[in-house]
Amino acid sequence: MKLLRKQLSAWSWEALLVVLLLLTIVLGNSLSPYFLTPFNFSLMVEGLVEIAIMSLSMTLIIIAGEIDLSVASVLGLASVMMGITWNAGIPLWLDIIIALAVGSLAGLVNGLLVTRLGLPSLVVTLGTLALYRGLAFVILGSQAVSDFPSAYTNFGIGDVPGTLIPWTFVLFVLLALLFIVVLHRSWIGRQIYAIGNNKEAARFAGIRVDQVKLLLSVLSGLLSALAGIVLTARISSARADNALGFELFVVTVVLLGGINIFGGRGSLVGVILALFVIGGLRNALGLINVSGDIQNIVIGTLLVFSVLGPNIAQRIQSALSRRRLAAGSAKNV
Amino acid sequence: MKKLFQTLGAGFLVFVLLLLAACGGGTSTGTGGTPSSGSNLNIVFLPKAINNPYFDTAASGGKKAANELNGSFKQVGPSTASASEQVTWINNLTTQHVSAIVVSANDPNALAPALKQAMAQGIKVVSYDSDVAPDARTVFVNQANSEDIGRVEVQILGKQLNYTGQIAILSAASTATNQNTWIGFMKDELSKPQYKNMQLVKIDYGNDDDQTSFNDTLSLLQAYPNLKGIISPTTVGIAAAARAIESVNKGGKVALTGLGTPNQMRKYVKDGTVQQFALWDPGKLGYLAYYAASALIQGKITGKQGETFSAGTLGTYTIGANGVVLLGPPTVFDKPNIDQFNF
Repeated sequence: MKLLRKQLSAWSWEALLVVLLLLTIVLGNSLSPYFLTPFNFSLMVEGLVEIAIMSLSMTLIIIAGEIDLSVASVLGLASVMMGITWNAGIPLWLDIIIALAVGSLAGLVNGLLVTRLGLPSLVVTLGTLALYRGLAFVILGSQAVSDFPSAYTNFGIGDVPGTLIPWTFVLFVLLALLFIVVLHRSWIGRQIYAIGNNKEAARFAGIRVDQVKLLLSVLSGLLSALAGIVLTARISSARADNALGFELFVVTVVLLGGINIFGGRGSLVGVILALFVIGGLRNALGLINVSGDIQNIVIGTLLVFSVLGPNIAQRIQSALSRRRLAAGSAKNV
Repeated sequence: MKKLFQTLGAGFLVFVLLLLAACGGGTSTGTGGTPSSGSNLNIVFLPKAINNPYFDTAASGGKKAANELNGSFKQVGPSTASASEQVTWINNLTTQHVSAIVVSANDPNALAPALKQAMAQGIKVVSYDSDVAPDARTVFVNQANSEDIGRVEVQILGKQLNYTGQIAILSAASTATNQNTWIGFMKDELSKPQYKNMQLVKIDYGNDDDQTSFNDTLSLLQAYPNLKGIISPTTVGIAAAARAIESVNKGGKVALTGLGTPNQMRKYVKDGTVQQFALWDPGKLGYLAYYAASALIQGKITGKQGETFSAGTLGTYTIGANGVVLLGPPTVFDKPNIDQFNF
């Protein structure tokens, strides 16, 4: 019965997101005549890909009961690595591997601090948020590297020939499918949910909790670095301040997507829906020239709502069932 | 349970709607909304970041020009100076088919692909304050000519010192290109005969760090007791130097000039520590940039060297090499005029 209710509430959240998405589309269309144009969708999606990629790994980490606030800083660091390795005359394919390796290493450091020293991930990654961004600035300063080969930068802004679908979005779709299968259809996914629901129980069930968490941290670093490689290509510039503050968007997307901040619940389908709700809202606001500050207010409000909404619902729900119990009608629930 | 979520959801949707309605309303009243049917001047300024007094002053200049030309003026931009956020804004403006984007770039190359896409859609691109890659814009409205900036600071100081005495320069980083260019012109100006009794005794580098610049100024004052004047061609340096001079009660005894912003220097100009300093006027910069954009839209100019256009009260301007339009000599700020500026 409890399971059924949980399932129901999970579905309701996704239903709500579908409604929100439809509403965003209707709203965007009424606000700006340019909103519902393929050209706009192409540009909007292109600008969302980095956040989208980071949201995938963030979803897994939050389901496992942890968080990674350093994602945008790892992105910046990876972008800087692309820049200095390319400047040093190292071929592009090797630059990409180095950037991915540095990102994974950054994730590994996060993971080791959390699992080996038992520190809360919130604090650890808040620290490395500053640390990795600082490193990026120390390495490249306020300069930029921009003389990347056109094959690479074309990947960042180019579309699949004959369509308006950005190449980077194709990359995201492939990654998203992979993540959906792993999280919802594999034993790895079941272990992640188990850890988030009850760490101790998961441990007694034979799940190597620390090992899984460490892997997820590395994965988060790896995907953030990949997002950095995409962003560097898209704006054809490696800069230390790339994606400054993007962690806010990533966490908002994941939580609005119905992933419980305390872990153990939520699905990637919700996260992807939330991604387009937030992307669409930002785009619509941008099209009517609402300034960045106001956009941040909207995003911040959505973040608070997405934590508060389920919380309030749960409280009301438990209050209701208590009352029903008291009324002696518990068997009807 | 389901009902609960439906209620909750409905409430939230209403909330979002209200929020958006509020935002939408705020924008259209705040920025003048869409252009009137008689005008095709839909010009949008995209500064490095919004809520910055420097760019807000430039925006008020742009607005003034828009009123004179019966065009529309808008300013949009990221809340922090970020190149990637600016790219998003350029894309938003491209989608809207505005008639011109006037941009101050956080990164000359990062913005280039998006701006080129905008230009391909027929949107005119003008850069101001901070240039983008030359092939990603048609005109760059440059606020400052290095030669003017270097010479004017020496001229101000020479006049104050009656062309006699030891002077020093407090610069930013020793590697800063613009600083070194300005210092080169300062030295050239000092080599003219009227400055024969003025000696440049030291060039100091405060690295655009407030504390370093402050301490360096104190060391200068100790090492050269006969020092009569300091030039600091950096907004960080001049403010730190003014504080240092004041802290050892040498205000009025050691003259200070350089490049600063009125808001930073107001106090020191009013208490006499600094008589005059220079900087370009961002209001005029925004005004000129708007006129340049409108001339492009109306086909009066195409960005070629030698073309001329009229810029209202500022007069006629000529496009130089690489599509650069120069604002003119820097503005000198002193006690009588400083309160007219707020940036």
